[in-house]
Amino acid sequence: MIHSLFLVNASGDIFLEKHWKSVVSRSVCDYFFEALERATEPENVPPVIPTPHHYLISVLRHRIYFVAVIQSEVPPLFVIEFLHRVVDTFQDYFGVCTEAAIKDNVVVVYELLEEMLDNGFPLATESNILKELIKPPTILRTMVNTITGSTNVGEQLPTGQLSVVPWRRTGVKYTNNEAYFDVVEEIDAIIDKSGSTITAEIQGVIDACVKLTGMPDLTLSFMNPRLLDDVSFHPCVRFKRWEAERILSFIPPDGNFRLLSYHVSSQNLVAIPVYVKHNITFREGSSQGRFDLTLGPKQTMGKAVESVLVSSQLPRGVLNANLNPSQGTYTFDPVTKLLSWDVGKINPQKLPSLKGTMSLQAGASKPDENPTINIQFKIQQMAISGLKVNRLDMYGEKYKPFKGIKYMTKAGKFQVRT
Amino acid sequence: MTDSKYFTTTKKGEIFELKAELNSDKKEKKKEAVKKVIASMTVGKDVSALFPDVVNCMQTDNLELKKLVYLYLMNYAKSQPDMAIMAVNTFVKDCEDPNPLIRALAVRTMGCIRVDKITEYLCEPLRKCLKDEDPYVRKTAAVCVAKLHDINAQLVEDQGFLDTLKDLISDSNPMVVANAVAALSEIAESHPNSNLLDLNPQTINKLLTALNECTEWGQIFILDCLANYTPRDDRESQSICERVTPRLSHANSAVVLSAVKVLMKFMEMLPKDLDYYGTLLKKLAPPLVTLLSAEPELQYVALRNINLIVQRRPEILKHEMKVFFVKYNDPIYVKLEKLDIMIRLASQANIAQVLAELKEYATEVDVDFVRKAVRAIGRCAIKVEQSAERCVSTLLDLIQTKVNYVVQEAIVVIKDIFRKYPNKYESVIATLCENLDSLDEPEARAAMIWIVGEYAERIDNADELLESFLEGFHDESTQVQLQLLTAIVKLFLKKPTETQELVQQVLSLATQDSDNPDLRDRGYIYWRLLSTDPVAAKEVVLAEKPLISEETDLIEPTLLEELICHIGTLASVYHKPPSAFVEGSRGVQHKRLPGSAGSGESVESPDAGSAAGVSDAPPAVIPSQGDLLGDLLNLDLTPPSATGPPPAATSGMQMGAMDLLGGGLDSLMGDESEPLGGDLGGSPAMGAGFGAPPAAMPASFNAPVSSGGLDDLFDLGGGVGMPMGAYSPPKAIWLPAMKAKGLEILGTFARRAGVIQMEMTLTNKAMSVMTDFAIQFNKNSFGLTPAGPLQVLTPLSPNQSIEVALPLNTVGPVMKMDPLNNLQVAVKNNIDVFYFSCQYPISMLFVEDGKMERQVFLATWKDIPNDNETQFQIKDCHLSSDAASNKLQGSSIFTIAKRTVDGQDMLYQSIKLTNGIWVLAELRVQAGNPNYTVSLKCRAPEVSQCVFQSYEAVLKN
Repeated sequence: MIHSLFLVNASGDIFLEKHWKSVVSRSVCDYFFEALERATEPENVPPVIPTPHHYLISVLRHRIYFVAVIQSEVPPLFVIEFLHRVVDTFQDYFGVCTEAAIKDNVVVVYELLEEMLDNGFPLATESNILKELIKPPTILRTMVNTITGSTNVGEQLPTGQLSVVPWRRTGVKYTNNEAYFDVVEEIDAIIDKSGSTITAEIQGVIDACVKLTGMPDLTLSFMNPRLLDDVSFHPCVRFKRWEAERILSFIPPDGNFRLLSYHVSSQNLVAIPVYVKHNITFREGSSQGRFDLTLGPKQTMGKAVESVLVSSQLPRGVLNANLNPSQGTYTFDPVTKLLSWDVGKINPQKLPSLKGTMSLQAGASKPDENPTINIQFKIQQMAISGLKVNRLDMYGEKYKPFKGIKYMTKAGKFQVRT
Repeated sequence: MTDSKYFTTTKKGEIFELKAELNSDKKEKKKEAVKKVIASMTVGKDVSALFPDVVNCMQTDNLELKKLVYLYLMNYAKSQPDMAIMAVNTFVKDCEDPNPLIRALAVRTMGCIRVDKITEYLCEPLRKCLKDEDPYVRKTAAVCVAKLHDINAQLVEDQGFLDTLKDLISDSNPMVVANAVAALSEIAESHPNSNLLDLNPQTINKLLTALNECTEWGQIFILDCLANYTPRDDRESQSICERVTPRLSHANSAVVLSAVKVLMKFMEMLPKDLDYYGTLLKKLAPPLVTLLSAEPELQYVALRNINLIVQRRPEILKHEMKVFFVKYNDPIYVKLEKLDIMIRLASQANIAQVLAELKEYATEVDVDFVRKAVRAIGRCAIKVEQSAERCVSTLLDLIQTKVNYVVQEAIVVIKDIFRKYPNKYESVIATLCENLDSLDEPEARAAMIWIVGEYAERIDNADELLESFLEGFHDESTQVQLQLLTAIVKLFLKKPTETQELVQQVLSLATQDSDNPDLRDRGYIYWRLLSTDPVAAKEVVLAEKPLISEETDLIEPTLLEELICHIGTLASVYHKPPSAFVEGSRGVQHKRLPGSAGSGESVESPDAGSAAGVSDAPPAVIPSQGDLLGDLLNLDLTPPSATGPPPAATSGMQMGAMDLLGGGLDSLMGDESEPLGGDLGGSPAMGAGFGAPPAAMPASFNAPVSSGGLDDLFDLGGGVGMPMGAYSPPKAIWLPAMKAKGLEILGTFARRAGVIQMEMTLTNKAMSVMTDFAIQFNKNSFGLTPAGPLQVLTPLSPNQSIEVALPLNTVGPVMKMDPLNNLQVAVKNNIDVFYFSCQYPISMLFVEDGKMERQVFLATWKDIPNDNETQFQIKDCHLSSDAASNKLQGSSIFTIAKRTVDGQDMLYQSIKLTNGIWVLAELRVQAGNPNYTVSLKCRAPEVSQCVFQSYEAVLKN
């Protein structure tokens, strides 16, 4: 199982280590540093690195490498999933997951890691249970603790850990009972030169924020559940009921959680909400290139496309770009050759465009590679797959909760080739 | 206020300051001090000097302080073992605390202190905690057993903790079950042969129940454990699959992949025409696709596994090509994997799309990726014949870009395309030649030279082109030099008139001016060929080459099968069997997919890959006099042959020749054997092949060697099972109908796949229907007893016969019978109870692992007193010694060594009985003499007579 954990920052320093079995010397990380040096980009470090006696499995999150050391045959996904859980927990506890935050809370971090893993076996990874065991630091609590001398470690056996619903603690009380669900869809697409879709798929999630008293039992039904043929559930969802009736029935955890994630595959017809007209050309023998880009909405069901951000890695030969945006601002970094254009909202009446010239090194030959354009955007009040919640009902408790559902579509990896 | 304040006191005297604070009376100050100590520890500072002071803080009601002290203890106890003892009392007390959280914490922490003195004290509290009323404590204690095992394995075994842990698999709480499984799996890893996780239908059922209710991590452990089980039949297999399928919708990708592993494995047992089989295939695709939308690290592991899955069952993802299209900002390790899978999924239906994508990738920035994309185009051409033309034109387009590394890579793959489709695309050669100058990588240069040499007759200036390379001959890499040498010789053979000078030049460069032995050797061979027999030279150098195929980059099937059993593990990421890289896994058992239903008995075929299989087989020929067995022979059996043993190669030859004879004889005698060996037997290679039969071969050789060593090797490689050939006597009447009110029983014994079976034909010769059959054995010499009830499910109507196979085991009560192999049986039906006795061939009891190490054999032979040796004659046996050896091996009589003295073959053989008795044998076979002599040595000489009968029976049938 998981032997040790090292946290490595962007400059390649180990700033925290934790061992669950015997101590492994930090020199084992040298193999990781070698791989780091070889990698052209920070994210290109291979996730599994063999060393003579150990295996290093790492993830990169928030510019920190979480490097787990294992010694025997362990499922790598198990390790990676666990590391993600560690990251999520840190973020949950400290608001951000940065080197500074971790160093500021090093004792809590240690207590958490000790509680999450025992001898390399996961012990308590549910945020509900952890929070009962180790209270998250807040400014108020630190002050109260200092005055009263009380501690931020729970005295009680965490109740959830043994019940049949380990994700929910007992005795939850709220004065305002509310349940919010966010349907968020990310669209991943590759569009080719001519504007036709090569592949497009949707990753959707339903995130919930449930603050309900007692042990509520919820059911959520959809207008068009048939869209959901590839789903992953939170453990609280009763799978049998879903199989039989296509209804989500569950006792929710307390607070924020991801109820469900789903995937609408490339085999279904996926609507593409924006289009790009582009003309990026270099002429042989000239040190100038032309750049012309126009964006427009498409299949948005009348909803506005907002927070549009266009970025593109221009060819290495480009020295500078002299462009003129019809709206928003653009930047070009001559070192990394990254062009990024903050467009804002697309007005269907007046389409945003970015036009101008790029200068090349004098005498250099025409660049071989075609830049890919990466687009980010958001569309509120719409799930691009067309998924719609029908109704939400609550059983098991008497009060009337406040319910809310929000839809949003975002661009995931949305790429246009030129 | 944050914890960073703990780092600020880095002045001199820090330790001293902390010491004072730790000993303070104020609780708050103490706690702060401990926190500072922990903070220093986390950044790797040595604060071990504070050990006694920190341990003093341990006895407290404050849970946080207690935990902090525990953290400290775990870190430093190893370096301060004597001090750590001070903490033991508190631990033991805490294990009795009314609060289960404290009990669990105490036992958990104690397990983490890796100090022998402490572990001794841990046993009693641990024993209590394993039986604690609170499941939280039990589940913590289960993990603690694994910790303790890691520190002191012997202690765990002596204290019986393993049994307690096994009992926890039946615990009522699913988390306890999951942790017990996890702990047992970890312990089992260091004990590959122990039967810790004894999986039977009952435990499987418990695990499946717990699977639904335990945490995600527990599910992973349970699924991985389930994957080691082999279901009895397709129905059980299907029911497990049905209960595992919901896990595919889990949010945790590790759970999903472990579930995929179980399904992939158990699917093998389902009949392909079953509806459920198709349903299952469909269900597997979506979760795999979903894994690809996760974080890149997860994607990478998923892709490596998908790579295996598409090789084993391409139908699962054949419609999902698009999800493997590369996004330009994928990390490089994801891109390369996706590319690989794209090729594996490429087919005529989607090739246009794939090619368009690959062409796109070939213009990207990352050099490694671009190269691999270009190579992929070549692989497509080789894989999908219809696309070859389009691939070639795509490659030509890419060559036109003049991007240096693209051109070079394209030329390398075009060479492969020529190898696959000779004489089809030569029109492109002109374009290739234009780019000759830009090639600077050895592989590309070698490829280009190969093309020029191969098609020299169609390239007008081939001699000029090759000559241009010759100028810098000594600066080229070996690869290019060898290729150039061959190409010029080819050219010479095709256009001898104008290239004589060139060939002279290259031959002298290769043979006289080069230090490279490979190059020199090849040069000399060509030289001699050309000077002695140009026609032969032509035949050799311009021989027709075998076509290449895409198989070359597929994983070898046996390895693939093993890797499928390891989906989700490191092995699946490296595409290597765990035994190849996991440390401390010596003797890890190779896993195999179960056979599909209806394919007969499961077959024990060799589990290693072909290469391993071949090298594993120890030579049965005694190679030199220094050999241990040679010594044994010299010692007390035969005088050393005057000439000394012949060199190994020669004896191989002799054996080959002998097999030729034996093979011929056997086929004359009407044995079902292929005459292949007869044709090839004379060659030395064959001899070697024959010389190495026993070890890795399936213990099943009914047909004698005549089927040929080469054939055997193929079988090893393919892992294709052979029918089990253990000798089984023909059925005899055991119970005549007259004696049993109309019930007639014919029967025999057989050993199939390691299971002893009593095979009977029950015939109803009475007028009324017979039902309610049951069977019982009397105590017997080897404890034979039915392993299950007699399976006669339908009533037996008059004049009906039924075949029954009753599996037996040898765990029943033992009583010596006379004769030794006598078995008294009682059979009951609705009419009466009938008794009969029969004799089983003792060869049923020969176990498959009865091959003794040569050294052990030597020692044992010496050790057994000569009084225990018995000698028998087997008359009228016309087998060659090798044929005999193979035939015997089919019945688990293993030849350990063979030696030929004065035309007499001596085979040294070992047998192991189910009750652990070893029998050693020496079989003497004289060529031309049909009478064999067998000498048996055994610590229990009573069995010798029976064993001899088996020898005779096996050899004569």
